Amino acid sequence: MVALPGADIPVTHSHDDEKPGFFARWFYSTNHKDIGTLYLIFGIISGVIGGYLSFMMRMELMSPGIDVFDSAHTYLVFVTMHGLIMIFFMVMPALIGGFGNWFIPIMIGAPDMAFPRMNNLSFWLLPTALICLLVSFFVPGAAEGNGFGGAWVMYPPLSTTGSPGPAFDFIIIGLLAAGFSSIFGAINFITTILNMRAPGMTMHKMPLFAWAVLVTAFLLLLALPVLAASLFMLLTDRIEGGTAFFDPARGGDPQMFQHLFWFFGHPEVYIMILPAFGIVSHIISTFSRKPIFGYLGMAYAMVAIGVVGFVVWAHHMYTIGMDVNVKAYFVLATLVIAVPTGVKVFSWLATMWGGSIRFTVPMMWALAFIFLFVIGGVTGVMLANAGVDTYFHDTYYVVAHFHYVLSMGAVFGIFAGWYYWYGKMFGHDYNKFLAKVHFWLFFIGVNVIFFPQHFLGLNGMPRRYVDYPAEFALWNEVSSWGAFITLASVVVFFAVVIEAFLMRNKRQVGNNYWGEGATTLEWTISSPPPFHQFSVLPRIDGGSDHDHTEVDEAYARRLGDENATDI
Amino acid sequence: MRAKHAVTALSAGLLALVTGAHALARDVGDQYGPEANGWFLQDAATPVMEDLIFVHNLVQVIITGIVIVVFGLMIYICLRFRESKNPVPSKTSHNTLLEVVWTILPVVLLVIIAVPSMSLLYKQDRLPETELTVKAVGGTWNWTYSYPDFENVEEFVSNPLDETQAKAVGQPYLLATDAPLVVPVNTKVKVLVTSVNNMHSWAMPAFGVKMDAVPGIINETWFEVTKEGTFYGQCSEICGIRHYYMPIEVKVVSQSEFAAYIASGGEPEDKFAGLDLNETSGAVMTAANR
Ligand code: HEM
Ligand SMILES: [Cu+2]
Ligand SMILES: [Cu+2]
Repeated sequence: MVALPGADIPVTHSHDDEKPGFFARWFYSTNHKDIGTLYLIFGIISGVIGGYLSFMMRMELMSPGIDVFDSAHTYLVFVTMHGLIMIFFMVMPALIGGFGNWFIPIMIGAPDMAFPRMNNLSFWLLPTALICLLVSFFVPGAAEGNGFGGAWVMYPPLSTTGSPGPAFDFIIIGLLAAGFSSIFGAINFITTILNMRAPGMTMHKMPLFAWAVLVTAFLLLLALPVLAASLFMLLTDRIEGGTAFFDPARGGDPQMFQHLFWFFGHPEVYIMILPAFGIVSHIISTFSRKPIFGYLGMAYAMVAIGVVGFVVWAHHMYTIGMDVNVKAYFVLATLVIAVPTGVKVFSWLATMWGGSIRFTVPMMWALAFIFLFVIGGVTGVMLANAGVDTYFHDTYYVVAHFHYVLSMGAVFGIFAGWYYWYGKMFGHDYNKFLAKVHFWLFFIGVNVIFFPQHFLGLNGMPRRYVDYPAEFALWNEVSSWGAFITLASVVVFFAVVIEAFLMRNKRQVGNNYWGEGATTLEWTISSPPPFHQFSVLPRIDGGSDHDHTEVDEAYARRLGDENATDI
Repeated sequence: MRAKHAVTALSAGLLALVTGAHALARDVGDQYGPEANGWFLQDAATPVMEDLIFVHNLVQVIITGIVIVVFGLMIYICLRFRESKNPVPSKTSHNTLLEVVWTILPVVLLVIIAVPSMSLLYKQDRLPETELTVKAVGGTWNWTYSYPDFENVEEFVSNPLDETQAKAVGQPYLLATDAPLVVPVNTKVKVLVTSVNNMHSWAMPAFGVKMDAVPGIINETWFEVTKEGTFYGQCSEICGIRHYYMPIEVKVVSQSEFAAYIASGGEPEDKFAGLDLNETSGAVMTAANR
C-alpha cells in the first residue's frame, strides 16, 4: 500500500498538473484543493450576506426607537438569519471545508481526501442549503410577515405554532442539507486522517491542525445527527395533526427541544473554534521559529475539550427551571473546560518564549486571536456560574461573550489562516501594508462593537430586542460606530484580495516563503501545489521526538527535482 | 381600555411638556432599573442579588487578573523575544514542571470561584418558607398576574405603556406598565411562572431573578425585597414580534399598604387618574416628542 520513493515514478512530468476544463474542474470537482477553494469562496460570500444582516441590526440599534426596520418581525428575521448564516455558512465552511480540505491531506502527506466524490457532495449541498435559507426571507413566516424570526436556537413553540408559515420549513430543509454536508465532511476527514497518513507520520507526529480537525470531525459526527433529529421532530410537529414531541397541549415537552438543541449546540461552538486553535498553533510556531511547546499537551487538550464539551450543554439553559443539583453539576463540568483551555493559551505563550518572533501579517492575527479569545474565555467562566448567569442569561453580556470567542476568536483564526496560506494556495503574495490596515481596522472595529456590549449586559439589556429603553442608548451608539469601522475593514479586505489578484504575476512565491520556522509538509511542495501532490508519498523521519515533522532528506531532494522539472 | 389610556396619556403628555414631566410623576416611589448609560450591575434589592454581586465581583477580579497576566506576558514576550532582540531561537519545547503548574493553578482558581458560586446557587434556588405566592403568566405580549393566596383578588393583565403614556406618568418607556405587580417589602415571595403560548422569561435584574415561562410547566422562584419602590425588568426569552415590548414592573410597598391593597380587592390603581384630559392635544404631543 505504501509507495516508497522511487517505486512509482510518474511517466510524464506534467502528469501531476493536468487540470480538467473549467466546468469539470469547478463543478464536478473531486480535487481537495479545488473543493477547498470553493468552500473559501462560499464562506466569503456568506460572510458578506451575514455581515450585511448584522450591519443593519447595528444601524437599527444605534439609537432608541424603531427607525431602520419597518417591522420588529423583520429585525428578528435578521437576527435569526445572521446567526444561522455566520455559523453554518461562514465559519464552518471556511475553517473546516476550506482550510481543512486544502491542508489536511497535504499536512499528513496524502494525495487527496479519502472519498473525493463525497467531498464534492459535501460542498454542493451547502449552496443548496444557503438557497433554501435565502428563500425563507421571502415567504411567509409568522402572521407578522415574511421570514422566520425565532432566533438561531429555534425553540418551540415559537418555531412551531408561533411560526406557521413555510419560511421555517425552508430553514429546516436548508439546515438539514447543511448538516448532512458536515456529516459527510466529518466522515471524510476522520477516514483520511486515520488511514492516509504518510509512512512514518504517526498520530503523535501529526501537525496540530490535523489533530484539531480530527477532534472537530468527531464532534460533528456525534453532534449533528442530534440536530438533524431535532429538526425532523420540529418538522413533523409543525404539520397539522402531526407529532407532538414538543407540544405541551398534547403531552409533549418544549424543554426537551432545548436539551436536544444544546446537546448539539455546545459541541458546535467548539467545532467553530478548534480548527482555529490548530491554525494559530502553526502560525505561532512558524513566526517564533520554534517547535510548538508541549505538543502532546496541546493535542490532548483539544481531545479533552471535545470530550468534556459533550457534558456541559445545559449551561445554556440555567433559567429554564432545572433542578438545582443538575445546575450544580453543569456549573462544575463547565468550569472544568477552562483547564484545557488554559493549557492551550499558556502553551502558545511558552512557544513564543525564547523564540525569534517576526510580526508578519498572519502572526498579528494570531496574537490578537490569543488575546481576544482569552477575554471571551474568561467571560465564559463568569457565565458558567449558574447563580450569576441568572442575571446575565439572555442579556448582551452573553452576546459580548460569544462574539469575543467567535467574531474575534474563530474569525481571527480564519483571517490568520488566510494570510498564512494565501501564497501557498494561490501562488502569489498580497500587499503587506494593505493587509495590516485590514488587520488594525478590523481589530479596532470589532472591539468597539463588542466591548461596550458587556456594559449593556451588566446594566441588564436583554438580547434580541429591536428597541430598548433610553438608559441603554450610549453604549449601543458606541457599538454601532464600531460597525462602521468594521465595514471599512471589510472593504480593505476586498482591496487586499483584488490588488493581490491583479499583481499575481509580479509576486510569485516559492515553496517555503515563510522560511525556517515553517516545518509542516505543505511548505515542501510548490506554491500553489501541483494539481495532484504526493504521487510519491513522503516519508516522515522516525526520530523519537514528536515536536515537529521532518521530511526525509532524500525525499526532500527528490521533491526538489520534481518541482524543478514540473515548472 | 387601552385606547382610553392612550387618549388620556396623549393629552396628559402635552401638559407634562409644559410643566416638566417629573412634576406629574404618579406615586411610583423611587424607581429602580437600568441606570442611564450605566456600565455595571444594577443595585441589589434582595439578599440574593447582594450575593450575586459578590460572586460576580470575585470572579471579575480573578478574570481581570488572568487577562492582565496574559496580556502582560504577551507584551513582555513580544518585546524581549522579537527577531531583532533574539535572532537565535531556543529549541525548548518541554518543561514538565511548568506544564503541571499551569494546569494546577487554574484548578485552584476554579475552586475559589466554585465555593461561593455554589452557595449562591443553592440560596437562589432553594425556596425558603415563603409567606406570599404570586403567579406570573406570560402571554403574547403581556404578563398576567394573580395572587393565588387571596380569593378576593382577581387576576389582572399588565400591559406596557406606550411612549407618550410613559412620559405622561414620568416612568421610563419600554420598562413601565399600566399595572404593576404589587408585593410587600421584607416578605419572602414565591413566584410561579408559566406561559400560555410561546416561551417568555420573567426577569427582574435588581432581584437576581430570571425564570423562564414555559407552556405546560409551572416554574418556581422567589425573592425578598428589602426596599420599597418601583422595579423594572424585561422579558428575557425571545417570544415573537413584541418580545421587546412586554416589560415587567413590580411595585414594592410597605406591608400595611399591601394589606390595604389586598383588602380593597387588588384593583390596579389607575395611573392616569387625575391627569388633565384634553382630547385634542395628542397629535401635538407626539410631534413635539420626536
Ligand atoms: C472557557 C470556555 C467557555 C465557557 C466556560 C463558556 C460558557 C458559556 C456559557 C455558560 C454560556 C451560556 C450563557 C447564557 O446563555 O446565559 C455560553 C454561551 C455561548 N458561548 Fe461560551 N463558553 C466558553 C467558550 C466558548 C467558545 C470557545 C465559544 C465558541 C467559539 C463559545 C460560544 C458561545 C456561544 C455561541 C454562546 C451563546 C449561545 C446562544 O445563546 O445563542 N463559548 N458560554
Ligand atoms: Cu456552551
Ligand atoms: Cu419575550
